[in-house]
Amino acid sequence: MKGKNKFANVYLVIVFAVLYAPIFYLMYYSFNSGGTMHEFEGFTLDYYREVLQDTRLIIIFINTLVIALLSSAIATVIAVIGALAIQRIRSRRAKNTLLSLNNVLIVSPDVIIGASFLILFTIAGIKLGFVSVLLSHVAFSVPIAVLMILPHLQEMSPTLTDAARDLGATRRDVLTKVILPIIKPGIFSGFFMALTYSLDDFAVTFFVTGNGYSTLSVEIYSRARQGVSLSINALSTLIFLFTILLVIGYYFINQRKGRPSRAAETAEPAAEMGVPR
Amino acid sequence: MTNKGRSFYMLPYYLWIALFVIAPVLLVIYYSLFDLDGNLSLDNYVNFFTPVYLQMTLSSFWYAFLITLFSLLVAYPAAYLLTRTKHKQLWLLLIILPTWINLLLKAYAFIGIFGTFGPVNNFFDLLGIGEQQILFTGFSFVFVSVYIFIPFMILPIFSALEDLNLSLVDAARDLGASGWTTFRRVIFPLTISGVRSGCMAVFIPALSLFMITRLIAGNRVITLGTAIEQHFLVTQDWGMGSTVAVFLIAIMALFMLLFGGARKGVR
Repeated sequence: MKGKNKFANVYLVIVFAVLYAPIFYLMYYSFNSGGTMHEFEGFTLDYYREVLQDTRLIIIFINTLVIALLSSAIATVIAVIGALAIQRIRSRRAKNTLLSLNNVLIVSPDVIIGASFLILFTIAGIKLGFVSVLLSHVAFSVPIAVLMILPHLQEMSPTLTDAARDLGATRRDVLTKVILPIIKPGIFSGFFMALTYSLDDFAVTFFVTGNGYSTLSVEIYSRARQGVSLSINALSTLIFLFTILLVIGYYFINQRKGRPSRAAETAEPAAEMGVPR
Repeated sequence: MTNKGRSFYMLPYYLWIALFVIAPVLLVIYYSLFDLDGNLSLDNYVNFFTPVYLQMTLSSFWYAFLITLFSLLVAYPAAYLLTRTKHKQLWLLLIILPTWINLLLKAYAFIGIFGTFGPVNNFFDLLGIGEQQILFTGFSFVFVSVYIFIPFMILPIFSALEDLNLSLVDAARDLGASGWTTFRRVIFPLTISGVRSGCMAVFIPALSLFMITRLIAGNRVITLGTAIEQHFLVTQDWGMGSTVAVFLIAIMALFMLLFGGARKGVR
């Protein structure tokens, strides 16, 4: 039994090592003064300086953040409406249909989403750039936010809204004073998931971004295709730290709700969607 | 009256479904019916059944199959062992964490690791094998893809294993089943739903990857995803690109029907 345990631990250690090695490899060489990703010559912070002085990169970073925040906010509002719409439907069949329609964009490969949105925007005469990127980010963030909000709506006891109505609350009051406060945690996690989807997206943006407008992942892609440049390493280190901060923040939001098992639950839609964005 | 007032504010959501879910699919199908000169024809579909495209589809499937298989082989034991650890939520979080890092950056890291002077080649040198061309081969493509997909495979299997009633395993052992038999006859069948959703989460994206293909495999591996990207953004042949997309959508729908239906049956 003991030997078995040892083997188990070794296996897990290897899996974790492989998962994290490339990330730390990138970070390690971001300090290499040699300028390559293989021989470490000396410690330098030059590449960080380079990244921070690169105005183009900073503008792109701001673009990415603006798109992410704006699209997640809009997507969350639409998702709340969508969750209410799905919840309201009585017929089981209609509900399932609506849910399947909702999930189409989660299971579709990014390439198809990107290509079909490109056709859509071209036909609609929307110029490729900020607007098209924003619209597509809103579009693909809505379903995941709906999935995060819906369970909270389903858990809510219908007697609460009935009671509010009986006590004379208007429909609007029921929504703003009863329903929304109850599903608030879901709204937060929906917003958060939308945010990470948007920040992480590459393929869809790659299709619908025109000349002159770019987000961070598209920029990284075009730089990486030109070969190794350690400023990408420095950039990725910064992004990694930023990501960890986000995750810690999210973890604490979830902890406050007092439901430690959330991690697995929230992870599942992400896994279901599967498409690495 | 009340009903009308209620439906009114639902409008944005239904509008979203109409514009971004239904319309794009219809548009892709519509575009697939036009050739390069804008004439209505079935040429694209005829083209798709020429050896060039069929072979591409086949190799795309083969790679997606390999990626799914290896992800499963690595992920199942990992998920199983994870359920047996203390602090499993923390470990799970550590599995999830890398998925939050942009996959382009992870792919980029492998450009360095698999490069001619990278650590892997250094290691080969040490063993006396000598330098090998690792980057821009089918192997590196499969390896990097498996690396990227493993967390997506571990998560559903992990939650299926968590739902498993442990007394069933004990019962099997008490009744004299060996460890392997217990796994084969009890544990694996009961967690098949997790395996299935894991495979779904890996296989379909693996069919349509294009950025990893471009960065890691050069032009060695052409998947359906790269073909679509090529047609839309490089050769501007939207008709053919849409045709490939239509096939990808059809394959996807088929898989969802097959496996989605089966999943309901099991539950």
